[in-house]
Amino acid sequence: MVDVAVERNSAASPRPARKRASLRTAMKRKSTAAFLMTLPLILLIVLLVIYPAFYSLHLATLNKSMQRFIGLGNFQFLFKRETFWLVVQQSCLFAITAVVFKALIGFIVAHFVHNIPAKGQRKWRGMLLVPWVIPPAMSTLAWLWLFDPSYSAFNYLLAGIGVDRIPWTGEAGWARFSVILVNIWFGAPFFMIMYLASLKSVPDQLYEAAAIDGANWWQRIWYVTLPMMRNIIAITTLFSLIVTFANFDIVRILTAGGPLDHTHMFATWAFRIGIEGGDIPLGASVSLFMVPILAIAAVFILRDINKRGNEA
Amino acid sequence: MTSTVMIDKGAPRRAVKQHSMSRDRTWALRWSYFFLTLFAIFSLVPPLYMVITSLKTSAEISAATNPWWVYHPTLSNYVELLTSNQFLTFFRNSALVSIFVVTITMLISVPAAFALARMRFWGSATLATGVFLTYLIPETLLFLPLFKMFAAFGDLTGIQLINRWYVLLIVYPTLTVPFCTWIMIGYFASIPKELDEAAIIDGASWFQTLTRIFIPVALPGLIAATIFAFTVSWAQFLYPLVFTTSTDQLVLPVGIITTLIRGDVFAWGQIMTGALLGAAPPLIIYAFLMDYYIAGLTAGATKG
Repeated sequence: MVDVAVERNSAASPRPARKRASLRTAMKRKSTAAFLMTLPLILLIVLLVIYPAFYSLHLATLNKSMQRFIGLGNFQFLFKRETFWLVVQQSCLFAITAVVFKALIGFIVAHFVHNIPAKGQRKWRGMLLVPWVIPPAMSTLAWLWLFDPSYSAFNYLLAGIGVDRIPWTGEAGWARFSVILVNIWFGAPFFMIMYLASLKSVPDQLYEAAAIDGANWWQRIWYVTLPMMRNIIAITTLFSLIVTFANFDIVRILTAGGPLDHTHMFATWAFRIGIEGGDIPLGASVSLFMVPILAIAAVFILRDINKRGNEA
Repeated sequence: MTSTVMIDKGAPRRAVKQHSMSRDRTWALRWSYFFLTLFAIFSLVPPLYMVITSLKTSAEISAATNPWWVYHPTLSNYVELLTSNQFLTFFRNSALVSIFVVTITMLISVPAAFALARMRFWGSATLATGVFLTYLIPETLLFLPLFKMFAAFGDLTGIQLINRWYVLLIVYPTLTVPFCTWIMIGYFASIPKELDEAAIIDGASWFQTLTRIFIPVALPGLIAATIFAFTVSWAQFLYPLVFTTSTDQLVLPVGIITTLIRGDVFAWGQIMTGALLGAAPPLIIYAFLMDYYIAGLTAGATKG
């Protein structure tokens, strides 16, 4: 835009040839400057993101001591292991369940916050976002302590109403429930804040028009709110799907994959194999299985973002 | 409540209809507060329980008393941790890493965002999309190749990176720079073009346009990006767990988890105190700069 403006200027005044020459050097300087300004960013992305991503593909084809090329041997080995299929199932189960509940709770809570007088909204929003602000490694420690086998504070409360003690992290089903619960606790506030921002941008006239047409609260949500929020819902959900699917901290601290690998996800299992077990190539192969779902989510996110760019 | 009052004033004739509407509204409000209270309890139980446990002695924790109440509050856990050299080392490492990473992130992403938002050059659109895609790549995908790369780099050059806290200064920017660049592009792009055209006509160089106009005007975005970079580098857990092992090189989250949890002996009073102190810096920033924090959070998706 700047160039256009400047060119128009020079066309209007035929006089300064000298000025145009200095402009040309400025232009030259501009592209060089732009290149220099983005160079650190390009170097960072190429050296520390793209190169390792491809290096990980290479690593996945080596044997444990990283001396010999074994082609797809690591993948063949994985496909034969029961734990691998368990990890696939669990990763999908955790990610989908947690994201659905995060989205639902976020949507509902956002509506409640939007409902109350504007004066109090700040305070409630502030309280409800706290789970997202605390580093997940720290808050998961609190959950671990709340779930403690012998001193669980939840079991103490449940004993008060006559419920037996629950093995929160000790038994496969409950351990999975606990992991998903902590995931929801950590992620729902993010949805809440995104939805709240988008609710505020829905024009009031639309609701007034709907009210005049005699729409009840459900019709207002279905025909006005949801279509207006469609984009934000899609982007937030896809983004959260990536983060939840690739999550490491919560499972690592809460259960470390146990009991008997029944809560491992791709990230924690790759860590167990690659770092703790010392088999980096096999670990790299495991983490590569996250790529397809990430790629699909990324394609959809990009499509939505480009669409919005065109609308604007 | 105020809105019902206004409706009553505005249309006094339709009193019957109004009455039921305002009653509906009151009930909707009551339900809203009821559920919000429930969700607030759900959100705040873990942090509150951290506080409760951190005020107890080990004896009280292992006694069979009500875990939700502190009978003999004590600050001994805090005193013990804040005078322990090990914990202070973790804290120092975390602070150093976060401050350096924030500086590095800003130095890389602000000029890059400026170039991508204002100076159209060959491949700039592709690069902007690439930056966003990089942001979507989770750290769990890259830790193994990076670990191997740094080990190989150490063998090759003799510069040891593994098990040094400063290795985190190299890897954390991969998590912070893409998002910060992305939201800064959004903030810079929203600045009216007339502003920098005027600056160029007045003879300002590109660098002056950036420092004199863009950075001051987009300061809220800059603050939001800084907060994001700080919280990400303070909270990161996987990379330090993989890249550092000696106790004098650990950052806070990993330090608390690897040194305070020894086998089956859990010093829960100290762990919760440590976790609370580790959560404090982001919480304090959040408490004082909530609007910037939320702006940064929502900017990623609402600014396309």
